[in-house]
Formats: sequence, C-alpha cells, structure tokens
Amino acid sequence: MSGIDPTALRADFPILERTVNGKPLIYFDNAASSQKPRQVIEAMSDYYYRHHANVHRGAHTLAAEATDLYEQARIKVARFINAPDSRSLVFTRNTTEAINLFAHSWGRSNLGEGDEVVLTSSEHHANLVPWHLLAAERGVVIRAIGLGADQRLDVEAFDEVIGDRTRLVATWHMSNVLGAINPIRTIADKAHAVGALLLVDGAQAAPHLRVDVQDLGADVYTLSGHKMLGPTGAGALWVRAEILEAMPPFLGGGDMIRKVYVDHSSYAGIPMRFEAGTPNIAEAIGLGAAVDYLEAIGMDNILDHDQTLGRYALDRLRPLDGVTLYGPEGDDRGGIVPFNIDGVHPHDVATALDQEGIAVRSGHHCAQPLMRVLGTQATARASFYLYNSEEEVDRFVEAVVKTRDFFATFA
Amino acid sequence: MSYLENLYKEIILEHAKRPRNQGRLDAPSHYQEGINPSCGDELELFLNVEDGVVREVAFVGEGCAISQSSASMMTEAIRGMTVAEVADLSAKFKDMIHGGEPDQALGDLQFLQGISKLHARVKCATLAWVTLGEALTSPLDTPESP
Repeated sequence: MSGIDPTALRADFPILERTVNGKPLIYFDNAASSQKPRQVIEAMSDYYYRHHANVHRGAHTLAAEATDLYEQARIKVARFINAPDSRSLVFTRNTTEAINLFAHSWGRSNLGEGDEVVLTSSEHHANLVPWHLLAAERGVVIRAIGLGADQRLDVEAFDEVIGDRTRLVATWHMSNVLGAINPIRTIADKAHAVGALLLVDGAQAAPHLRVDVQDLGADVYTLSGHKMLGPTGAGALWVRAEILEAMPPFLGGGDMIRKVYVDHSSYAGIPMRFEAGTPNIAEAIGLGAAVDYLEAIGMDNILDHDQTLGRYALDRLRPLDGVTLYGPEGDDRGGIVPFNIDGVHPHDVATALDQEGIAVRSGHHCAQPLMRVLGTQATARASFYLYNSEEEVDRFVEAVVKTRDFFATFA
Repeated sequence: MSYLENLYKEIILEHAKRPRNQGRLDAPSHYQEGINPSCGDELELFLNVEDGVVREVAFVGEGCAISQSSASMMTEAIRGMTVAEVADLSAKFKDMIHGGEPDQALGDLQFLQGISKLHARVKCATLAWVTLGEALTSPLDTPESP
C-alpha cells in the first residue's frame, strides 16, 4: 500500500465533508478537475487579505510583495517539473491556453505549407483544435498516430509517420480517457532524430506523477493547475529557453513590452513577453501552494496511491457482467477508469451514480476522435486522487451494480 | 419509489429502448441535424410537412435515455399537427422542462417533468425540440448521404 492515508488527508479538503443527494460525497471526477485543500484556498485569501496589488509595476510595498509572491510561485512550478530555470515557465490560464499560445506564436513563425505536425487519435481536443486552426491558416499537414491493440499509443507507428517534413510531435503524457502513461522519452528521441520538437500535454500527468522535463526530453510541457489541487485560471507553459527566446509575442499589451511608441514597440524578454496584462496573480499563488502540498506528500506516493485504487477498481469491475472497461492493463497507467454499462448511456449512468452521491464524468471527454477509435459515442469515467479510498471504490462498485440492474429491468 | 424510478419512469425507458418513428424519410420537406456539443448527443430529424400539417416524421439518433425518449415521444405527439400546433406544444414542453407546470396537452411527455430538477440534463430533454424548431424555421438542409 502507498504511504498515503486518505482519511487523514481528507481533513484538508472541506468540500469532501458535504453530502450530495443525502449521501456522503464521493468525488471521482478528478481527471476533469480536482478539489482544493485549505492550504491552497488560504494562500489565495491571505494574498487578497494582506498583499494584493498589481505585479511588476509600482514602487510601493504591496506591489513588491505581490510581485514576490507571484514570482515565487513561478519558481515553485518550474522546480516541480524540474525545469532548468523559471524564466522559461509562462503562466497561462490552463493547458488549453498554453497549447494555443505555443501554436500561435511558435507555429505561425515556424510552420509553413507542407510542414507536418504529428498528433495522435487519442488527444484531448485542446491538443487538436489549435493545430487545426494552424493547418487551415498555413497549409500545415496534420498526421496522426493511432492506438495499438492493447489500447496503448502505437509508439512503433512514429517510425513510419515521422519524416523529414515533421516539425513537431505533440501528444499526451497521461491519457485523460484511457489513463495510459506514454513513454515520453522514447517519443522524444524519435522526434529529435528528425529535428522535430516534442510538445507534451501534461494536464493529466502533472497532478499524478513526478515530472522531469529534462529527463523526459520534452521541448514543451503544459499543465493545468486546477487538476492538481490548484485553482482554476492558473496553468503553465514551459518551453525550452532557447526556443522560447525566439518566439514572438502572443497577446500584446502591458507588462510584455520593453519600449512602446505610438506606432511601434519592442518586447520584453522571457517569460514576460508572453504575459500581457495583469495576470491571475492569486491563482498563480494558489498553484504555488498546491505544488507545496503535493511535494510534501510526494509525487511517487501519489502515483502509487492512484494506481493502487485504479487497479482495485478494475479488479472489482472486471468480473461484472454487462460492464465494459477501456484502457491498457499494466503499470503504465494512472488512476483513471473509463467504463460503460452495456445498453445504458453514460449520461444516465452518471445521473444514477449522482443519486448515490458519486461524481463521475460522462461523455466524450473532449476526445471525440478517441471515442470513434473505441467504437463508442461516450463513456463514463471514474478518476481517483490522493483523498480517495478503497471504501469509496467499494461503494462506487455497489452503485454500478445497482445502476446496471435498474436499467436492465427494461432491457 | 426511489428517486431514480421517479426520474426514469417506465415509459421513458421503454421509449429509449424502442424508439418510435426511428429511421429516415426519403424525400423530407424539412431536415435538421441536432447536436449537443458538450455531451455528444446527436439526432437527425426528418419531416414531411404538407399544407402546413406534419404528415410524416422520423428520426435517427444516438444518446442518453432522456434525449432519445424525448425525441421518440415528440415524433408521436406532433404527427398530424399543424405547424402552429407544433410550435404551441414545443413551447409547453420547454416551459415544463424549465420548471413550469406541465400542460395536459403534453400527454405522455409529462413523464419527463422530473428532468426539470436536473439542470445538467435539461439539454438532453430539449435536444429534439430545439432541432424541431430549427427544422421548421430554416430552409431544407440536405441529409448527408449515409
């Protein structure tokens, strides 16, 4: 068993004390967004109560305190993914904005007609649509890697798809649907062998496992704070410094400039060049506090805990008639369990489980191409985090059986 | 009766399992595709309207029990109605789903009233009706060849 005692941790998460439809809340929608510990909420309220002013401007005490807190948060997040320095860590609202920023800035200045971007059929829409926009504008060609029979990414296929026109490979670190963990280092080597960059969508991985962008060989890494105990509105884009240095601005405005004249301007260095306007200061500070919280527990402990719950849930669901499970079997999988009850739409499953106080996601999970690959319109998905327990999985499995039997009455 | 049974009345599940008027019309006077982008529920609605009266109606769709049963019951209810009567019924249905009192004219559709308390599912119940409104007010779309 992992070093995590979820019962003790739960005291840090006030929302987990509430009931839903008369039952104690079981929150299994962590892949969509995690809950927040007191420590994060208090870091943000303390900032608003005592330190708020605008950052990077003004000579007064509060402005200096706010700037220090904001920049400390940047250092914390950079260290969290073992970035070589914090200058190459840009705060964004979330992963979606991070990928859009990179596609817009790097993509528009580096990609042209016939250049290829290699994606996969199992990407979140956030790592598809920004490239579609670029393809339409620039004539960039999108190529895709599929899934293998074991529902892992077909990594061998990169050898056929990557070529001398490949400029970028962009894929997930952990699949938000299948829970699979990609062998990023292997993919990075394949991309680099042809001179392409590797962008890693870390939205699902960063909350659950130890990320080392240098070991991974990533050139770009993105994350969303709200999935890793932080607030909404704080995410990050890390780009290898020499690439980021050469990238043109994304949004123009205050805070991202060096000198401005009426008819032209010059731009700040990194990371400020990419943070126009007053940023989400409190949210960045909250994300910094979330990183502190995660590191105090230890990312290896968290992964172990999530995987233990995931395996336990799969072991209990697998013998059930009328339940279909998705995703690979093995250690390269996080605590994400996508499933369907045969003949029952996942929305109806989610409504039924909600009556038992259990929150699961249902739908296409912003991964419509993957749903087509899996041959389904949608799935339900239970996803675990550090405050979840085996007892909760037991209640969840009972509720799945009850739901299956209720709808089977009318089959 | 459990909350679930109260919500998923037998008649709703029965329509979801065996939708009425399922299929395509060869030469519809009105056609519309409806989709809930957030959840992926889809349906295609085919209508033959002659002299202002709905003579034929059919649909194909994929989605949850709520969206499919609502579509199925809707097609049963509107066949033979004038376009004005369809608009009136549609307004009554939407009013009920948004928390209003159900009108007797809704017939079996009143069984969907429980959805009004589930805000996350209101869009499922109204998908067919929104699609119907679009079909009747827009020029004929051509169905994509299957």
